Amino acid sequence: MRSRFLARLRRNRLAWLGIFLVSLYLLTALLAPLIAPPRPVGNNCLRDLGAKATAEVYNPLGPVFWKALFAAPASCYQIARVNYRPEPSPPLAPVETEAGVIRPLMGTSSGYDVFYGLVWGTRTALRLALVVVGLQFLVGVLVGAISGYFGGVVDNVIQRVVEVIFAFPGFVLLMVITTLLGPSLEHIILAFVLVGWAGYARVVRGEVLRVRALDFVEGARALGASHGRIILRHVLPNSLTAVTVVAVLDLGSVPLSAAALSFLGIGLPVGYADWGQLVAFARSWIQGPPGNPFGYWYVSFFPAMTIILFGLGWNLLGDAVRDALDPRGA
Amino acid sequence: MLAFIVRRLLALPLVLLALSLAIVGLLQFLTPEQRAVAFVQNEQQLRNLDKVIREKGLDQPFWVQYSNWLKEALRGNLGFSKASNKSVVETIKERFPATLELALFASVPIIVIGIWLGTLAALRKDSWLDQLARVFVVVAYNVPTFVMGILLLVVFYGFLGLAPGPGQLSPENQIALILNPVPRRTGMLSVDALLAGNWPVFLDVLRHLILPVITLTTVSSATLLKVTRSSMLEVLSQDYIRTARAKGLPDRVVNLKHARRNALLPVITLASFTVMGLLSGAVITETIFAYPGIGSWGAQAATLFDVPGIMGFAILTAIVTVVVNLATDILYALVDPRVRYD
Repeated sequence: MRSRFLARLRRNRLAWLGIFLVSLYLLTALLAPLIAPPRPVGNNCLRDLGAKATAEVYNPLGPVFWKALFAAPASCYQIARVNYRPEPSPPLAPVETEAGVIRPLMGTSSGYDVFYGLVWGTRTALRLALVVVGLQFLVGVLVGAISGYFGGVVDNVIQRVVEVIFAFPGFVLLMVITTLLGPSLEHIILAFVLVGWAGYARVVRGEVLRVRALDFVEGARALGASHGRIILRHVLPNSLTAVTVVAVLDLGSVPLSAAALSFLGIGLPVGYADWGQLVAFARSWIQGPPGNPFGYWYVSFFPAMTIILFGLGWNLLGDAVRDALDPRGA
Repeated sequence: MLAFIVRRLLALPLVLLALSLAIVGLLQFLTPEQRAVAFVQNEQQLRNLDKVIREKGLDQPFWVQYSNWLKEALRGNLGFSKASNKSVVETIKERFPATLELALFASVPIIVIGIWLGTLAALRKDSWLDQLARVFVVVAYNVPTFVMGILLLVVFYGFLGLAPGPGQLSPENQIALILNPVPRRTGMLSVDALLAGNWPVFLDVLRHLILPVITLTTVSSATLLKVTRSSMLEVLSQDYIRTARAKGLPDRVVNLKHARRNALLPVITLASFTVMGLLSGAVITETIFAYPGIGSWGAQAATLFDVPGIMGFAILTAIVTVVVNLATDILYALVDPRVRYD
């Protein structure tokens, strides 16, 4: 079964593009401190890492290297602000700072280093996605399993709640909850989980209803196994395939919703490394300087491409996984 | 059927009750002072937060706060929205028609692309048209609304200067409209301008609608296209279609009467999904294009921590969704004689 899945996945050329793009983003997130290293100016990342110079980040023998990779302080997630000039500066153009002249790879937008923001933003996006999807999965699977396994009143109540959540445009719900809880990373996560668990619960419930009726469950019950044991050891392990696909797809969609939220200015504070912010900055520079309509292309181009390629990668991968798991497929 | 409609409409107050309970419940995570800030309308009140807390009963237990809110809401008072600087009810009255206008304009290309192109793509499977449809779906699926909107603005307004910038009207027409307002009949500016015979304003509104409509169309028609295409392909492969062709019916009749009517059944269920997408899409699209509808108001209310505003926005969204879901179910029963609601 598993090898056929892999064989199918391997045959699909678009899947390879998807896998390539997704790995690129995963690597970028993991290696953010090496790809867009903190500088002495822009934010307090270097200071909080306990480093004096950027070079220390690249030294795997020193503590700074490991700290930056696996326990980066919060200040590293602030987009490096190289100056306070609102006007963008083009890619690789020299920018005067207190620590000398630097050349931001993708230019600056509102004084923020676009490249730094995008690279660390990838980290933010994937961190958020992992936590959110993990929690949604946990809550959704548990609630869905209980709902499907016990049925009756419990099921009825849970399904009504699920229906109310489904009857509402998810993004609007997300927006309302994040606003009411107040902006912070934790509250965004909570809002995502409150909105998203229902989708998992519905899928798991359907699977559990199917598995519950199978003979081996009956057998376990006849042997005197408790409900908890039956759910966790017998029913759930056989009900998770579909919901795992949902989770993989969600890993790609959560960052996009989060970026849309922060584009609107809801959620993450200004200056937090995140893709939506950088697109929001671009709103002020739609038109180029007088006489040069293409003048500020980089302000919107790089953030937009980062987001589009991310979505493309996950969708290609998701489609491929779905096709490979589909028993009707060739 | 009537019993079904009545029963479903009776569920609406229950949904609204649950929603408002949840919102007021969420507010309990905040301190009374934080809640008070949400209701403050001017600086004087801000200096005397304790008074606001006492007046509004914000330090009272949850159920007292909720019954206070409910009492006011039942009297038609949903509070004052900081974001629009008007009462919530007034804001909705003023802005909802504008969003409806945007959605109505968008619905034409959404249906044309979704259903017409979807049908054609299935009928001419693997032709260049089908490939085009496939590319369109990939683009529409992978470019989030806010990126799409920004890119359209950058290219067609910033680079090429073909489309007007954000806003509902050009500045000169805004001034013209203030000096010589068109009577408000529907609240939809294009319709009102047309009824008043004000052509410059009418055409200007249409010009400003082009990019937002393209944005909304792209994000909303992809799913419709995909489902129409695959549903049509499935129906076309069935025996009764072969029978119809074998007995010599013209292609047109087979394709449109026999196949498409059945293929559209699953598509109808998408209608409510599409409207929900339009509502979410409207929040972002209206914000990007500075369009004065409920979506941009909702987004502003959210950034300004305008709690009455965001509650009003949520309640309006809930009403729209419930009504649209009901309409979808009724339409489904009308189109498919096998469906009965008893």
